[in-house]
Amino acid sequence: MKYVDEYRDGELAQGLAAAIAKEARPDRRYHFMEFCGGHTHAISRYGVTDLLPANVRMIHGPGCPVCVLPIGRVDQAIRLALKHNVILCTYGDCLRVPASDGLSLLKAKARGADIRMVYSSADALKLAQENPEQQVVFFAIGFETTTPPTAVAIKQAKAMGLKNFSVLCCHVLTPSAISNILESPEVRKLGTVPLDGFIGPAHVSTIIGSRPYEFFAEEYRKPVVIAGFEPLDVMQAIRMLVRQVNEGRAEVENEFSRAVSREGNLKAQNLVAEVFELRRAFEWRGLHTVPYSALRIRGGFAEFDAEQRFGEDYVSVPDHKACECGAILRGVKRPQDCKLFGTVCTPENPVGSCMVSSEGACAAHYTYGRFRELPA
Amino acid sequence: MKQNYIRPLDLKRGRVDMSHGSGGRAMAQLIDELFAPLLGNDYLAQGNDGSVMPLPDGPGRLVMATDAHVVSPLFFPGGDIGCLSVHGTINDVAVMGAKPLYLSASFILEEGFALADLKRIVESMAAAAREAGVPVVTGDTKVVEQGKGDGVFISTTGVGWLPAGIELSGNRAAAGDAILVSGPIGDHGMAIMSQRESLAFESPIVSDTAALHGLVADLLASGVQVKVLRDPTRGGLGTTLNEIARQSGVGMMLQEARIPVQPAVAAACEFLGLDPLYCACEGRLIAIVAGADKDKALAALQAHPQGTGAAIVGSVHEDPHHFVQMTTGFGGKRIVDWLTGEQLPRIC
Amino acid sequence: MCLAIPAKIVELLPDDQARIDLGGVRKEVSLALVEDVAVGDYVIIHVGYALTKLDPEEAAKTLALFAELDDEARAAAMAQA
Repeated sequence: MKYVDEYRDGELAQGLAAAIAKEARPDRRYHFMEFCGGHTHAISRYGVTDLLPANVRMIHGPGCPVCVLPIGRVDQAIRLALKHNVILCTYGDCLRVPASDGLSLLKAKARGADIRMVYSSADALKLAQENPEQQVVFFAIGFETTTPPTAVAIKQAKAMGLKNFSVLCCHVLTPSAISNILESPEVRKLGTVPLDGFIGPAHVSTIIGSRPYEFFAEEYRKPVVIAGFEPLDVMQAIRMLVRQVNEGRAEVENEFSRAVSREGNLKAQNLVAEVFELRRAFEWRGLHTVPYSALRIRGGFAEFDAEQRFGEDYVSVPDHKACECGAILRGVKRPQDCKLFGTVCTPENPVGSCMVSSEGACAAHYTYGRFRELPA
Repeated sequence: MKQNYIRPLDLKRGRVDMSHGSGGRAMAQLIDELFAPLLGNDYLAQGNDGSVMPLPDGPGRLVMATDAHVVSPLFFPGGDIGCLSVHGTINDVAVMGAKPLYLSASFILEEGFALADLKRIVESMAAAAREAGVPVVTGDTKVVEQGKGDGVFISTTGVGWLPAGIELSGNRAAAGDAILVSGPIGDHGMAIMSQRESLAFESPIVSDTAALHGLVADLLASGVQVKVLRDPTRGGLGTTLNEIARQSGVGMMLQEARIPVQPAVAAACEFLGLDPLYCACEGRLIAIVAGADKDKALAALQAHPQGTGAAIVGSVHEDPHHFVQMTTGFGGKRIVDWLTGEQLPRIC
Repeated sequence: MCLAIPAKIVELLPDDQARIDLGGVRKEVSLALVEDVAVGDYVIIHVGYALTKLDPEEAAKTLALFAELDDEARAAAMAQA
């Protein structure tokens, strides 16, 4: 696969590993947060940790839209399916997220809800066209990468005059999440969670560009390197971060230059601005309520807002008391620090969403990395 | 013996109805005009509730295996539920080291199911059974009301003969053994995925469904010390190896670069965020053999038309945690864990 | 997050759609989010939509950066392998 395989080359990896080991100063530690769940997955799946020197550590961030989806939002989707008998279309990632009353979308399906897994918002639109007597609701989750596809679907629905299509909008914004982490007490207080820099998300950045990160670099004096999706990209980004730290710089660098520009994809940005507007506040799992961090459907397209059409409001539901997803999402604790990890909470029986999504820090660690924790 | 029916079955436009399962004339007609002629053999022709078959001479033991097939869609690139049900059970018997001898087939038909489709499926089963040299000697048909079945479910049971001296079992893997696969993984799983509504993509991927008893016989005859044979169906290579690791109380180390995956399967997995390690195979073998015999085993597999893509993919070692680990193509390490339920395509 | 993969455009289709190819697997995707795309271009696909075009020059530059090692690091890499 072109533009994929070359970026996974094992020989180049050895070279990069040596380069990082050489540039990392032996007298200090480096802690970098990879914000994006896709990077977490890449690091685990390829075993990148084994190629890093011991004093360079990665902290897994909250960039997994499934992980930050609060229970209450899944409950909303389930209510729409069970109470209002809609055809509820969802990406595969959400099917197993645990919600209230021991339910998940998958379990609701077993109870008779019409839940359909789709690959694309376009599929949900097609279902609405093919089933004119039924209401179809699209459960729209995701960061800025996944938002434009929802915008396109809503616009197309309007152009077609579809009466039976609506969207439960749970799209969230990356910069807000980063701010939230940087503002959290543990990070601000020196020494609690040493964060020396960020690996910026790959595909979110193709849409929003590298510009939004300049604020963080300046304000918080932390370097940001936007990295491509492949393991060599991640390693190169780590190398660039180490270099910035050593040189005392705090800039935004773009390793993913083959797909990311400073301005991003303006066409996509404009489409999103046309259909969505900022919510004043939105609850994130683990990060609690974050202002101006999520989107809702604009007045002009209100007829496609499922929350309004069905009158189903968001009801906040607290997480399991012992669940440490919140702390883990903020990089304050590690999966193995959670009492439930690996015992009560496993991929088969997830308590928190960090365990449901394979991008979640807990699932990634459990599935790929827990052999490192056990005594030999 | 043959009854005269007022009107022959309409195998072009007819549909299954409740009378076909009720044991009366309608069911007899279904058997006489569809099942028996297609699957035809002397055992079925006996027309009794049970069939009587001889066992081979010499010391040995019986092996029996059973499987239910509920695959959807019923027809997929490279096969259908009919041949799949024959291959699957033959393979379950074969991986015990036994020579598959006879099959039974039980059909649960949904009211309204098209007879034309049923004919296609039974023809496919018959062809698969004939090619494998393993006849379907007895069967059963039931019909359930519309909405209570997915078209057709097929359950097959197979019996085989295990000659004395052959002992294959999931608990026999030991430190030092080599792990081989007989060909590229994930073909069947992705062939099915490519047909799923709303995931549909065009691809050259074709199911690998096949009867492997010939391949097994060649491997066993080659003089290689074989410890475990298993076919990685649901859950794929990853899950099956974990099962064996646990049964044998060992750990395993795989080399990702050595595991054969067809480019189209790899690409389809990339699209959907799936891992080929957990995609089902229906015509592949995992063989765990004594380390010293690994090259001989590879040669034996590769010499057979169903094993041309065989590879040595890893080894067995002591490990109290029974982890299946892997050195990635990238150079790092990870574990290949048990699969949690079905792999789901993801956007994240 | 945001599983996306680069794929080659092999055919432009009506209604702002295109057929892409990745390793022999073909799928129809939407071009609603991109502009000036031609057959032969590579685009990044996410949930059935092309997000952006891939720049082949930058791709090559990035690959070259990976391989950029000074002599000491190269010696260390050789010793490691």
